[in-house]
Amino acid sequence: MNWLIAILQTILFVALSPLLAGWVKCCKCWLQNRKAPSIFQPYRDLLKLTYKQPVVSEQASWLFIKAPYVIFSATVLAATVVPLIAVDLPTSASADVIVMVGFFAFARFFLALAGLDIGTAFGGMGSSREMTISSLAEPAMLMAIFTLTMTASTTNLSLAIAHVLNEGLILRPSFVFALSALILVAVAETGRIPVDNPSTHLELTMIHEAMILEYSGRHLALIEWASQLKLMLYGVLIANIFFPWGIAQSFNPQDLAYGLMAIMAKLAVLAIVLAISETLVAKMRLFRVQEYLSFAYLLGLLGMLSHIILEASR
Amino acid sequence: MNIEQLDFYTQAILSMAALVGLTSFLMLGQGRLLRLIFVFALQGFLLTLTTALAAYSLDNPHLYISAVLTLVLKVIFIPWMLRRQVLHMNMHRDIEALKNNTFVMLGGASLMVFSYYVLHPVVQSSSAVMLNALAVSLSVMLLGMLLMISHRQAIAHVVGFMSIENGLFFAAIVATNGMPMVVELGVAFDVLVAAVLFGIFFLHIRTSIDTLDVDMLNRLHEVDK
Repeated sequence: MNWLIAILQTILFVALSPLLAGWVKCCKCWLQNRKAPSIFQPYRDLLKLTYKQPVVSEQASWLFIKAPYVIFSATVLAATVVPLIAVDLPTSASADVIVMVGFFAFARFFLALAGLDIGTAFGGMGSSREMTISSLAEPAMLMAIFTLTMTASTTNLSLAIAHVLNEGLILRPSFVFALSALILVAVAETGRIPVDNPSTHLELTMIHEAMILEYSGRHLALIEWASQLKLMLYGVLIANIFFPWGIAQSFNPQDLAYGLMAIMAKLAVLAIVLAISETLVAKMRLFRVQEYLSFAYLLGLLGMLSHIILEASR
Repeated sequence: MNIEQLDFYTQAILSMAALVGLTSFLMLGQGRLLRLIFVFALQGFLLTLTTALAAYSLDNPHLYISAVLTLVLKVIFIPWMLRRQVLHMNMHRDIEALKNNTFVMLGGASLMVFSYYVLHPVVQSSSAVMLNALAVSLSVMLLGMLLMISHRQAIAHVVGFMSIENGLFFAAIVATNGMPMVVELGVAFDVLVAAVLFGIFFLHIRTSIDTLDVDMLNRLHEVDK
């Protein structure tokens, strides 16, 4: 039964992630006085890309063709670890939050290699930028997550969320810092404004798009889907760690349905916040990104410090 | 003693302490003057909230007066005055290039640890909440000093000075459950007078060396080097 729920939840993750991307796009269009595409447009895009024949360069090695599958499956595996509608998952017990960060790093490693593989100038540039940013973002993210794990004294995400849930409403200074750090990192890692602009191609400042410029057809579909999944993963992490109310603690259908509704509402609100911030903030210069991320790291560090200083038992 | 066992008031005070500390860090890394002044006003607002919270939970009506004073002076009047001066001197478009920003930030983080370490033996006998809040307010003071050291614009120095005062005020509210009214009024008017005096100083610095960059004060040597 537990495993069934875990599998169901992963399928939900994969199925709902284009919807979230579509919703973000809708919100952004409304805010910018444009006519929004249908909320299901990302599904249509993915379907269209799947039908199309992929075009692969003659210079491409096997790595270029295999990379989309590796990236997609690593991201799906990361999704299995994160509780979406219910806590107490067997998958969370077998892999903790550090493994999740590891899956992200694994996917990113292959994405960067694929960007380098073809040998275009854009691909190499994008890979180098992506690695620079992620090497700075990862410590900040781990710092934010360690704050949570130290509070719950476990790195198991399910148990940690259940711990936060059972404690009820407690104002924790450290969580304020950890939340802001995690939001900053999530923006950087999912390639949103102000770090990267997800909707532009052929701009000299692009990062994620530069790496996948050579992909087409179903390969592109897989990579796009993986990045939508990553956006949703970060959204769920933020929503479920810091505002876990509503998540199902038992496996009866009513609780699960309630959990699903709760997480969808939370994600919808988060997406609106993301759209507003993307509309208000301009994209940063690339060389300012390290300042931004070191600020995120500082916040994570402060969260950890204030956990030890203000909250820990003596 | 865990945070779960504390009452809601103490939790809220601790969160406020954390947020006040955060605004200090935000000020430290801010190169634009207008934004620096905005964060300073934000810190003042957090202080107002803390004071009002203390007034409510301690049932101490005169603290409301000091909350209102804080709101008027530190959230509205002083930021407004500084802002007007920045606009008047046409400095709002300048971005100050902060030297060694990362080092300053890390230095700030270590100052926070240091202030906790220093205060640990001092308040060991009293409650842990007091220790925490005092540690945060000491670090706000030290961060204010660091702000004055690391920034070059005279207006940033004034903001740093005022944030030192904010740290003292926070400590006074949390540790003493509100000072006597006379002292509070005195401090508030001191701050007001200081703000006005600084305004006059700005004017004089500006007329004598034509900038508010304090590094340029080196030009005032009597003999040329």
